[in-house]
Amino acid sequence: MPDKSVITDEMRAHLNVESEPITYDVEKGAVIKFAQAIGDPNPLFQDEKAARQGPYGGLIAPPTFLRSLIPGEAKKEFPRPFPNNLDGGSEYEFFEPIRVGDRITVTRAIVDLTEREGRLGTMLFTTAETRYVNQLGQLAATQRTTGISYATPEGEK
Amino acid sequence: MGQLYFEDVNVGDEVTPIQKNASSQQLVKYAGASGDYYQIHYDDGFARNNGLDGIIIHGALKNAFLGQLVTDWMGPHGQLKKLSVSYRAMDFPNEDLVCSGTVTGKRVEGGAGIVECEIALHNAAGKATTPGKAIVSLPMRGA
Repeated sequence: MPDKSVITDEMRAHLNVESEPITYDVEKGAVIKFAQAIGDPNPLFQDEKAARQGPYGGLIAPPTFLRSLIPGEAKKEFPRPFPNNLDGGSEYEFFEPIRVGDRITVTRAIVDLTEREGRLGTMLFTTAETRYVNQLGQLAATQRTTGISYATPEGEK
Repeated sequence: MGQLYFEDVNVGDEVTPIQKNASSQQLVKYAGASGDYYQIHYDDGFARNNGLDGIIIHGALKNAFLGQLVTDWMGPHGQLKKLSVSYRAMDFPNEDLVCSGTVTGKRVEGGAGIVECEIALHNAAGKATTPGKAIVSLPMRGA
């Protein structure tokens, strides 16, 4: 462990502080465009007629469509200690389908800060949780993302 | 699209693989559809100035490919419960990618048929650049 932590009290003050909520309409055109962009021909996402006969009675969004419902700004900007950032990964949990016509309210908060020494020098792992709540007040899904911030300019090399 | 049933799945079974090859055009379409306009995904000069060997595929697009792997396999009456991925290495456009997986567990939980899988996206050299896990709920034949 380094003698001096890169995690400051100022950073810790961001833990569990939610971003400004943003509400999105799940539009048919946006869902179909997203399915086309990822190259997924599943009729539940693209074929309104077929989807109407299916288990949801209409079009639903592909699971990772939620990625396009971008959270609002944090109430205060997080003080990044290093200039370089990598997307470490993502973990979705799904509780309700995302249907065309839903209204989804998105909030995001940093839930964990961890410091590690590795091949990129000192790295800060920032875990954030994004919550997606539908118009019925149901928690439809969560996404946990891990960002890796580091000083070494050589990235993944 | 066929329907997969809980009774038909065994630990060790293969998740039917799918193949992908992302063109630079697809990366631009994904940038527009997802709202991720970071230039390392479509501006070659920008990517090289950032120390990359060229434009790279969005991690979230690889996540979407792995989502399709699972939703295709489970069929329309399956429900995706959990999808996790880690980005271990970068992937590049115009490369043949394979998404595949293996069933690692199954159990009945509250009357639902829960199946767990290890999944991964492999690059053209066969390296699992993007491993992950999925949990699905499958319909039961008797139900």
